[in-house]
Amino acid sequence: MDMKARTLRRHMKESLRNLARNGWMTFASISAVTVTLLLVGVFFVIMMNLNKVATDIEEDVSIRVHIDIAATKEDQDTLKSNIEKISEVDSVVYSPKEDELNNLISSLGEEGEAFKLFEQDNPLYDVFIVKTKQPEHLESVAKKIENLDFAFKVRYGQDDVEKLFSFIKTSRNVGLVLIVGLLFTAMFLISNTIKITIVARRKEIEIMKLVGATNSFIRWPFFMEGLMLGILGSVIPISFISMIYRYSYEYISSKLQGHFIQLLEFNPFMFQVGGLLVLLGAFIGIWGSVMSVRKFLKV
Amino acid sequence: MIEMEDVYKKYPNGVVAVSGLSVRINQGEFVYIVGPSGAGKSTFIKMMYREEKPSKGTIMINGVNLGKLKESKIPHFRRQLGVVFQDFKLLPKLTVYENVAFALEVIEEQPKYIKKRVMETLELVNLKHKARMLPTELSGGEQQRVSIARSIVNSPKVVIADEPTGNLDPETSWEIMKIFEEINTRGTTILMATHNKEIVNTIRHRVIAIENGQIIRDEQRGDYGYES
Repeated sequence: MDMKARTLRRHMKESLRNLARNGWMTFASISAVTVTLLLVGVFFVIMMNLNKVATDIEEDVSIRVHIDIAATKEDQDTLKSNIEKISEVDSVVYSPKEDELNNLISSLGEEGEAFKLFEQDNPLYDVFIVKTKQPEHLESVAKKIENLDFAFKVRYGQDDVEKLFSFIKTSRNVGLVLIVGLLFTAMFLISNTIKITIVARRKEIEIMKLVGATNSFIRWPFFMEGLMLGILGSVIPISFISMIYRYSYEYISSKLQGHFIQLLEFNPFMFQVGGLLVLLGAFIGIWGSVMSVRKFLKV
Repeated sequence: MIEMEDVYKKYPNGVVAVSGLSVRINQGEFVYIVGPSGAGKSTFIKMMYREEKPSKGTIMINGVNLGKLKESKIPHFRRQLGVVFQDFKLLPKLTVYENVAFALEVIEEQPKYIKKRVMETLELVNLKHKARMLPTELSGGEQQRVSIARSIVNSPKVVIADEPTGNLDPETSWEIMKIFEEINTRGTTILMATHNKEIVNTIRHRVIAIENGQIIRDEQRGDYGYES
């Protein structure tokens, strides 16, 4: 649509004037959008990070192959090369039972001290730690290894990851329902605000129609009004969320130092979240105005 | 030119406001529409500026078939006419100048042209000196002149006036008529619905009388024909 700059300026001025004139409704609508976007934003940030964590964990998941105690050094080598022959396997690392015990002791901290007694007579197994090229290959690779000679026990942590993913899925669905409800509330409030300005400007609209203003000319200021309400409503959530995220990111990152789990980095993640919230705000605003304008501007 | 042929208008509530109306009005004519309240005058006028759509029959105005006019084309059609009402329909927060300029602004005319054209028009209705006043600071007659200025600022071929003197005292009404006469002599068709017997009988023009949704009389230089 081609619109002259002058006309655009006029529409802008008109919408700003309407917003100022209905101060309280404007405030209510912007607040509704703010609350909605704040919740959407926080929720989104948490969800995306949980997803990231789950993916990190999933990528780190490996298959632990306990080697039969009866296996000789040659048997172990055969087993290793047989595992490496499976096409989905990425790497196979040997971890002797002494290392396994040390890992166990250090992972248990204070209580691990008790296990030191076992250093004389280690009950653990030598282990092959197998990584697959894709996390989804875990199960099939594990099954294949189970059938190999001297593979005493094959275990992998897929169950934990599955649980985490199903938790994410459930909370995502619950959150979505909540957010959709909030979105509608915000739209409803915006559409009411605009309805009021339309009613207040009935006479003006009537005259505009009489002298031959096109419908789109009449509608534009209302669209802009909705758009402004939506975008203004996204300012606080964006600043608030990015501020909080910056601090939390720094805090949590330092705790996670050296760990394979990482949060999403501030840049670009916060810009994506900001973009999403502005777009969502604009969408709520325009949709709210479309709803009321359509009903009220019928010829 | 305005041509109506066998026009019917039935409202959704079942009321038949106009039934079988045919009329032809040439460019530059001055026509009074008279008749008792509820006779169909308002519907007749509303159909002229396509506020109402005929249920049956054809209305042609300057080559535009109103029955077939698309919704999206209505604004452009209306730019060829001016409409004046009994209650002026001015915007109270805008000055006289702004009220008249409004009609050109919303159809996106050039600012320079708007300024020139509005001043010319205000001069025609003798209100140039009150351009900066608000409608509330004007008398009824002056307000109606602003409303007339707004209706003609776009140089329409037809001006439709629905009881333009209905809210005015007799003396002011004559002033308004003088302006309509002036506009008419410049070649603009004037269609005026009125209950003002004195005006119709003094400034003689074609009179179309409507009763029960039909034209019962159509006379050149006719008289009002009703008591009061």
